[in-house]
Amino acid sequence: MWAVYRKELNSYFHSPIAYVLIGFFVLLTAIFFYPYVMALYGDFTPVLSTMGFILLFIVPILTMRILAEDRKNGTEVLLLTSPTSLPKIILGKFFAAYTVFFVMTAITFVFPIILSFYGGPITPQVVGAYFGFLLLGAAFIAFGVFSSSLTENQIIAAVIGFVGLLIMWLADALAPVVGGFLGKVLGWLSLLTRYNDFYNGILGLGPVVYYLSFTGVFIFLTVRVIERRRWSQG
Amino acid sequence: MIEINKLTKRYGQIEAVKNISFAVHEGEILGFLGPNGAGKSTTMNIITGYLPATEGSVKVAGFDILEEPEEVKKRIGFMPEQPPVFKDMTVWEYLRFVSDLKYVPKNKQKSQLDDIMELCGITDHRNRLINNLSKGYKQRVGLAQSLIGNPQVLILDEPTVGLDPRQIIEIRNLIKSLGKNHTIILSSHILPEVQAICERVVIINKGEIAAIDTPENLSKGLNRAAKLTATIAGPQNQVSKLINDIYGVKYSDVLSKPGKDTVTYVIEADKDIDIRRPLFFAMAKAGYPIIELKSMDMTLEDIFLKVITVEEEVH
Repeated sequence: MWAVYRKELNSYFHSPIAYVLIGFFVLLTAIFFYPYVMALYGDFTPVLSTMGFILLFIVPILTMRILAEDRKNGTEVLLLTSPTSLPKIILGKFFAAYTVFFVMTAITFVFPIILSFYGGPITPQVVGAYFGFLLLGAAFIAFGVFSSSLTENQIIAAVIGFVGLLIMWLADALAPVVGGFLGKVLGWLSLLTRYNDFYNGILGLGPVVYYLSFTGVFIFLTVRVIERRRWSQG
Repeated sequence: MIEINKLTKRYGQIEAVKNISFAVHEGEILGFLGPNGAGKSTTMNIITGYLPATEGSVKVAGFDILEEPEEVKKRIGFMPEQPPVFKDMTVWEYLRFVSDLKYVPKNKQKSQLDDIMELCGITDHRNRLINNLSKGYKQRVGLAQSLIGNPQVLILDEPTVGLDPRQIIEIRNLIKSLGKNHTIILSSHILPEVQAICERVVIINKGEIAAIDTPENLSKGLNRAAKLTATIAGPQNQVSKLINDIYGVKYSDVLSKPGKDTVTYVIEADKDIDIRRPLFFAMAKAGYPIIELKSMDMTLEDIFLKVITVEEEVH
């Protein structure tokens, strides 16, 4: 697993992808930081809420190549015929993408620190919101990895990832409109409701379990998709 | 070492591999021959555990590929048709990664990789980005990758494709020397290659085994008649008559007329009779000089075509 992890992490940082995405993410955080914090609230958590939305765009780009590229380049054969098992390979890839995400999130922690020089200390609410943000990222990345397993075209993988995440993001708003059973399902998939708890300062076990199981389910589904494809076609 | 038992692979409606069985003994180099789309790669992908079989079983060193895939994968080095290389890595980084993937202990990696790179002739390219290597060198890196972890079995899917003639000879010699302590299955559609390297040949066509034997036995078994071409100067009707009068000649025909009064004949005789001497004396007696005399030995190429055309007639 760690062999795959190191390899993927290297390929992120050997190419411009990681730097561009991290730079872009930090820049956007800075842009939101100014009006929200300086002008309006003096509180960092609303910025994180907005960054959750930005993540919808960043994560699919981060994860689009992670499995699709192997299929296209024929390196999938190497991974699947090695004695390393498939779940370990997928987990290695997941953690590599997560590390990039973790780095970009860690850099944005500079903002609350700057704030703490002028305002009060870093509140537990901010820490809680960051904790929630890290969990949200795990769920997003698991879904991104999943969408990358569906196709060998990176652009399509990114679009599937983005559309899927967007639907889950909007699920709260869509659920009452759709109604019935489908509405209920959408409610389960709503990533946003649970996230709001965190940045409102509520740290419950429920959302933590929710995000972790969401992540687990999509990693499991990714393994299943690849297994299934091997059984059904070439 | 490798036992393949009633292996079938279906892709939806299409049967890529139909009920094939064969065994490969330890230390053997087996050639896998067939036209494009015959099911060579599919079979190899199944043996290595990349694709699951629809029916039948594959056992490597006694381990079933479906029941104990990791035990099998540990024992196999696979070189797919397209070298499975990551273009954004250097040769060294890539081989290190594969070593990790195959659980080669860290302290042994360096010496093992040094040996393998030397063997495959890529030591000088170790720090180059794989993307910048030529096709031939990518192929070598692909071969090097399959040797990592010193697997007992090597599965090589068209290992010499895309190489220049000198490299082909190098790689062939390399495979031959590897054959001393590895069991190798090698696929190819280059027939002389198989003839040169392999101890046994499996000819596969349309997903079925068409023939399986040593290259020598294959040419004996199918060579039912000895064939000659002879270019003789002299009037055609008389020469033809003389040829047909020779004991053992089954059939003769005119192939071409290269000169004004010279004719090239194809002569087929019974398998065990050498008609070259009687032919010479008959012509000498009649005063018609033999300009050229050639025996048409059946090459693996002919056998291959014959086996495959026979198949075609059956269907």
